Amino acid sequence: MQKHLDDVVRGLFRENPTFRMLIGMCPPLAVTTSAESGLIMGLATTAVLICSSTIISLFKKLIPQQVRIPAYIVIIATFVTMIDLVLAALVPAVHKILGIFVPLIVVNCLILGRAEAFASRMPVSRAITDGLGMGLGFTWALTFIGCIRELLGAGTLFGATVFGDGFVAWRIMQLPPGAFLTMGLIVFTLNLVGNLRARQLQKAARNQMKVVGKEA
Amino acid sequence: MKEMLLLLVGSALVNYFVLVRFLGICPFLGMTRQLDTALGMGLAASLVLVLSAMASWLVYTYILVPLELEYMQIVVFILMIACLVQLLEMVLKKVFPQLYKAMGIYLALITTNCAIMGIALLVVSSGYTFWQTTLFAVGAGLGFTLALAMMAGIREELEFADVPLAAKGTSLALLIAGIMSMGFLGFAGLVPM
Repeated sequence: MQKHLDDVVRGLFRENPTFRMLIGMCPPLAVTTSAESGLIMGLATTAVLICSSTIISLFKKLIPQQVRIPAYIVIIATFVTMIDLVLAALVPAVHKILGIFVPLIVVNCLILGRAEAFASRMPVSRAITDGLGMGLGFTWALTFIGCIRELLGAGTLFGATVFGDGFVAWRIMQLPPGAFLTMGLIVFTLNLVGNLRARQLQKAARNQMKVVGKEA
Repeated sequence: MKEMLLLLVGSALVNYFVLVRFLGICPFLGMTRQLDTALGMGLAASLVLVLSAMASWLVYTYILVPLELEYMQIVVFILMIACLVQLLEMVLKKVFPQLYKAMGIYLALITTNCAIMGIALLVVSSGYTFWQTTLFAVGAGLGFTLALAMMAGIREELEFADVPLAAKGTSLALLIAGIMSMGFLGFAGLVPM
């Protein structure tokens, strides 16, 4: 049980696919013009990831080693087609905004990467929790970027007005350059925090050495 | 003739694949540390872009539409691209061993590139004719190569710049891409889309 919990938490933070591992970078840049589209894209990817991980883990003994990649791709493509049709039926407006990025989930390296590195080696229950963790990590990353871009670019959040009438929207944030700038600054901030923490750890270790040295 | 030119310029500069549509970000960030690699990747991707656009148009128009299997397009296209890349690899190895040596390693990476899958989906949803499709793909390939080459040129120079430690690598690349993308927004009014 502990391992399952670890799987979920790991995907959310320490090995967050978007902010930490920087894989599958197209959707975080392309579909985050608003918080809502980011959230729905994230959930769609999560659904595909969990379903395909489950199936791949179930059939891992049946799939011959030599043709495993084509087999994975067909399994993933099947679920992507299903999600595409479901989204078109349930939320047609958002489906139109997401456009070709829903079918493009099939070439998201996150999904094939998890299939190859995790689901094909682990029992079904862990494949599911790993898919859930990675998927939710991807979802919150997309929603977070979407929130920043929508807030600055239109002054709204999930469609509700946040800033008053005096706010002049930074249109550039919702245009393509805004995506690159937001993502670049987020990665920069994360690196900065990571470097600071590493330096603190080093300092603490050095102090401890001194104390130990004095006692001796 | 004028329409053809507009289509070519439109796909190469205005609806720019990398910086406006966000297709093919992985090679754009990962393969642009050196100009040589960037050019090799760009040319290999352009070749596959054109071939896969033409193939997907043919498969969609002559197989999927008559059989009323349009909803199968995702599965069919991804398999078609995987086969196409394999085939291209074998042909190049036999016929142009020199060329294969230069871009062989990039070909394998291209199968899961979203630009290739993206162009297949774009051409069937846009209702282009076969020749328009080909031109569109040639333009997209040119634009893709141009983006990779420019990015690599800038990054090669930046190797010697004194930037904050935290900005090194991906962060700086993304910020540069943002500024480049602003520049390409200037082309937006050039072609009515």
